Amino acid sequence: MFTETPLVRRKARAELVAKCVFGAMALCMVTPLLLIITHLVWEAAPLLSFEFLTTNPTGGMREGGIWSALLGTIYLVTVSLLIAAPVGVLAAVYLNEYARESWFTRVINLAVVNLAGVPSIVHALFGLGAFVLFAGIGRSILAASLTLAVMTLPVIIASTKESLGAVPLAFREACWNVGATRWQTIRRIVLPNSITGILTGVILQVSRTAGETAPIMFTGAVFFKKVPEGDIFAYSIWDQCMALSMHLFTITTQVTDAPKALPYATAVVLLGAVLSVNLTAIVVRSYLRSRKKW
Amino acid sequence: MVAAPLEAPKISVKDLRLSYAGKQVLNGISFEVQKNEIFAVIGPAQSGKSSLLRCLNRTIEFVPKAKASGVIEIDGLNVDAIKNVYELRRRVGMVAPLPVGLPLSIYDNVAFAPRAAGFRDKSALDALVERCLTQAALWDEVKDRLHSLGTKLSGGQQQRLTIARALSHEPEILCLDEFSIAIDPVTTMRIEDVLKELKRDMTIILVTNLVQQARRLASRTMFLWNGDIVEVGKNDVVFSNKPQSQKTYDYVNGIFG
Repeated sequence: MFTETPLVRRKARAELVAKCVFGAMALCMVTPLLLIITHLVWEAAPLLSFEFLTTNPTGGMREGGIWSALLGTIYLVTVSLLIAAPVGVLAAVYLNEYARESWFTRVINLAVVNLAGVPSIVHALFGLGAFVLFAGIGRSILAASLTLAVMTLPVIIASTKESLGAVPLAFREACWNVGATRWQTIRRIVLPNSITGILTGVILQVSRTAGETAPIMFTGAVFFKKVPEGDIFAYSIWDQCMALSMHLFTITTQVTDAPKALPYATAVVLLGAVLSVNLTAIVVRSYLRSRKKW
Repeated sequence: MVAAPLEAPKISVKDLRLSYAGKQVLNGISFEVQKNEIFAVIGPAQSGKSSLLRCLNRTIEFVPKAKASGVIEIDGLNVDAIKNVYELRRRVGMVAPLPVGLPLSIYDNVAFAPRAAGFRDKSALDALVERCLTQAALWDEVKDRLHSLGTKLSGGQQQRLTIARALSHEPEILCLDEFSIAIDPVTTMRIEDVLKELKRDMTIILVTNLVQQARRLASRTMFLWNGDIVEVGKNDVVFSNKPQSQKTYDYVNGIFG
């Protein structure tokens, strides 16, 4: 009964093969990231310094730092999230907690799913038409941020709905049974127990927004602009701005005689910013797991 | 023990019909519950027992595609005509089959309903929490850790916490939906003793899968089967050798079901 039959040996072999193949695939995923990071940092090393972050590009973008682009990206990300996060979270609360199954909610859910699949260049054209021209905002940080917000909204709605759905229905029913309104239930039970998940979803959108080039190209980003160094309020939302992603695109394709390390250093800053934001999300999420209340 | 027959019923249900997305669950049932009695509802799964309770406090409105018709009166007042449905739910306490400790402290679990109703007085809340936990036979076990999480209690403790929460809004009617399926016999016995005490202050509807529990606790019992009432009457008839229906006899004596 406990002897090793050929079948048992065959199963053990299959187990081993499966483990190795799956493990190799997992390794395939990590390798490009590690290679990208080491290659970038290696090539960028001569230029990387704190000064690189805090000085404007000079000499036809062949010298100097990336201050105006970095600040522009921070503005774009912040303003777009300030618009998208409240709208998205409240819409998700409505869809998940209030809406009844009807043609109306089906249409909204369908719109959310399809909006998430629209290519970013189409969002760019929409932003140009709707915000820059039709609404008359003009090419500005505000117009670009609105475009980015439209692009991130469906993802924020989806991730928020998921976090809300993770709160068991039994909790809501228990609240309704003792005469609590829907809003009291949401405020006292549902939101406190899903807010960390909601925030994680929003934070993850920072990295996506920071990397987008197409939507801001037509709506508010410029090739070159100087702003006072070290002043974080250098831009107004009605200004046009530089952005890291677009700056990277410009110095690699348009400024052919730029020093080799310059685009690499820009890429390192962009990637570093994105990765550190993602790291924040991971920390928040693990904190959430450790404090799970049921 | 049973209220005088001439007294108006606490709850009167007339021709209650209910369907979920076209699937009939209750086929027009009518019965009455007297004040301060324990009224048991027995019957197999899917016979509509829980749905009946949902109709009583109108949480059925949260179920998508549920359609109810008929009249439910509490103290002669049609529940469908009640404008303040939250007050109705406070008057009809509900204990679900699986214990639900809300992800709040034990204290906040019990204080949840009074607070939702706008009750803020701290010392009165303290007294209320102690009274409800005592009534639910849980006070002695948790009095030293009122501010630890309610969800971390054991199953039996959480079920008593659920009962304490249902008592916190001082209901006139207490509905228990198979409260004992997730807890051990000793805890069940303790809660049963609690119910016998509570009967003096409120009317209790006890939905149960345990025929013997209905026999022990209730003064009258209703046997539901596929959305129809097979029999409703005093316990000494329903559990006798000669109930009105042979089906009741068979079910009660474990010949089927």
